[in-house]
Amino acid sequence: MSIRFDSVTVAYDGNVVLDSLDLTVAPGEVMALLGPSGSGKTTALRAVAGFVRPASGRVLLGGRDVTDLPPHRRGIGMVVQQYALFPHLRVEDNVAFGLRARRTPRAEIRERVAEALEMTGMAAYARRYPRELSGGQQQRVAIARALAVRPAVLLLDEPLSALDARLRSGMLAELARLHRELPDVSILYVTHDQMEALTLADRIAVMDKARLRACGTPRELYRAPADEFTASFVGNANLLPVTVTASGAALGDARLTVDTAGAAAGARATLCVRPHLVGLGDGPNRLTGTVREIQWRGSTHRLHVDVAGHAVMADLPELRDPPAHGAEIALHFAPEDAVLLAAGVSGDER
Amino acid sequence: MNADPTLRSAPVPGTPPAPVPGTPPAPVPGTPPAPAPGTPPASAPGSAPAPAPGSTPAPAPGSTPARAAHPVAAPAADPGTGVGGGPAGPGRGRRLRGASPLLWALPPVALLAVFFLYPLALVVRQSFQPDSGGTSLQPYADVFASPAFREALWTTVWLALASTAGCLVLGFLLALVIAFVPFPGAKGVARFIDVFLSFPSFLITLALLFVYGRTGLANGLWTGATGAADGPFDFLTTPWGVLLAEVTYFTPFVMRPLLAAFAQLDTAQLEAASSLGARAPRIVRQVILPEALPALAAGGSLVLVLCLNEFGIVLFTGAKGVTTLPMLVYGKAILESDYPGACVVAVVNVLISVGLYGLYRVVSRRAGA
Repeated sequence: MSIRFDSVTVAYDGNVVLDSLDLTVAPGEVMALLGPSGSGKTTALRAVAGFVRPASGRVLLGGRDVTDLPPHRRGIGMVVQQYALFPHLRVEDNVAFGLRARRTPRAEIRERVAEALEMTGMAAYARRYPRELSGGQQQRVAIARALAVRPAVLLLDEPLSALDARLRSGMLAELARLHRELPDVSILYVTHDQMEALTLADRIAVMDKARLRACGTPRELYRAPADEFTASFVGNANLLPVTVTASGAALGDARLTVDTAGAAAGARATLCVRPHLVGLGDGPNRLTGTVREIQWRGSTHRLHVDVAGHAVMADLPELRDPPAHGAEIALHFAPEDAVLLAAGVSGDER
Repeated sequence: MNADPTLRSAPVPGTPPAPVPGTPPAPVPGTPPAPAPGTPPASAPGSAPAPAPGSTPAPAPGSTPARAAHPVAAPAADPGTGVGGGPAGPGRGRRLRGASPLLWALPPVALLAVFFLYPLALVVRQSFQPDSGGTSLQPYADVFASPAFREALWTTVWLALASTAGCLVLGFLLALVIAFVPFPGAKGVARFIDVFLSFPSFLITLALLFVYGRTGLANGLWTGATGAADGPFDFLTTPWGVLLAEVTYFTPFVMRPLLAAFAQLDTAQLEAASSLGARAPRIVRQVILPEALPALAAGGSLVLVLCLNEFGIVLFTGAKGVTTLPMLVYGKAILESDYPGACVVAVVNVLISVGLYGLYRVVSRRAGA
């Protein structure tokens, strides 16, 4: 079932927390709402669930306007960060809660509870109470509870944030598997973690300050971000202020060859280069600078280099012979790995 | 059951801050300082000579030998602690600290004994001494045989039970509204409940008299409007009047712990239930009520005990036909000068209260409230 935001604005006490959001999630699509806290992403999700009422605009599910429907009539599955299991109910009764609320026949309840627990790998824990489970197990139960009612729309609000890093990557794979098993379910996935969004989402909607900044496939947003905020929030980015020239861009004295995409010569712009696409030594688009910091990260070295007063990060495969602090080194990047962002698109609002 | 005890704000009444029997820390004699955080550094068991080993209330069996060993250990411990000043300095501090829990306990215990336990014992003794002289169970036999007592006992119990039930239902509904229905002034109402708790019980009765009394507001409106001689409201002097007054007065006692419990309730649970398709009644029944049970149990048993002993409300309604145990005690002692009889009734009343309080403690502890 599709989810559509039609200029949805939400305000609390005159404070706009979601500003005229237009977004459509296709049936069966996983859409990640990615943004820092306070960006309005959770508000958007709660507007779909029916817990906040838009000041203006409509929310549509499968083409039906649900803006005025109470939450219990929207037929949505929802999973939140803190699980929100019912502590006095056993796992199986937690999972059966939604089915009982819908007056599903008893035999069918048993069947679907078993199915949902099977799907989330929690069948062995049906008789336990939530407090007898670990955080990861509780989150699986919460997911089973949401899936048991066979919702056409699943809302996930930071579902992995309460788990530790190792569990998180396991659950991420689990969620991806669940989505393959339930290809018709549309998922709206709210997160502030770019890795979760990049891994799981078909498309990512980047949000900041109550507004939608950019929306696209992870690859699009990563390879060709539309603005500085998106560039820095989806993956790491070196953002360098440059001046557009006839053949490319100028950073201080350095002449760089990049695709200007029709920008007028002399205009100011921001050059975005991903740190892992920066190489050490001579090459096209050579930059020289002073090593300020060297971080060894096991499989990689991260260098922080001062290039004519601008900080440039380079993620390099582990170096056998890393440069010393304060050393003068040369860096380079391929012309096709850099993206020129028009300055002022986002810079003026920050 | 599920309730996290640390979340509940309802204080467990009566639990003293665990005065460890055999108080002084008294670790292995001779061990250098700071055995546990909080114990004074110079707490070496040594020197504290003051409290004679036998005088401690409930001296743990192990404590006496430990104390006997102190003098031996003291010299070894002192150089170890090496805190500046002469040995007298730390020694004095030690003595004070070691003895202080006992010293501090003494005044309240003495006060309690003189002003509460001793009179209570007198009441109990009096109840076994009929006016005819000697000591016998005769007063009990007399009182238990009298229809007035049995009626008062029955009235007391059913009034208390009915009031408690009324308070629980009304309190739960009101607390639900205050906690979960956003309306302007909800906070003010919640605060007013705190103030209400401090009102004397007869004040409520007095207020009810003004409204529903024979010459009260409601009847005045009625007679003014219809020209009739008497208004329709004449229930205040019946048991129903007492019931109304008790429910009115004691409902906040139920709401207070309930509001505290509701404040701790995870709203995400309510939202989860709602998104799963549950309407408000189901959410109240299956999510909120189970969470509120400990608070309901705590508030309910408190109100039950308070209702059993309520005197002011019954007296103030002027309900002639409503005689509860406290009223019976009052009548026998003050009006009939039948002290043994009054004492018997009082003892029965005390026993019921203490029994219920015990039940309350068991329930509230099991519920984790």
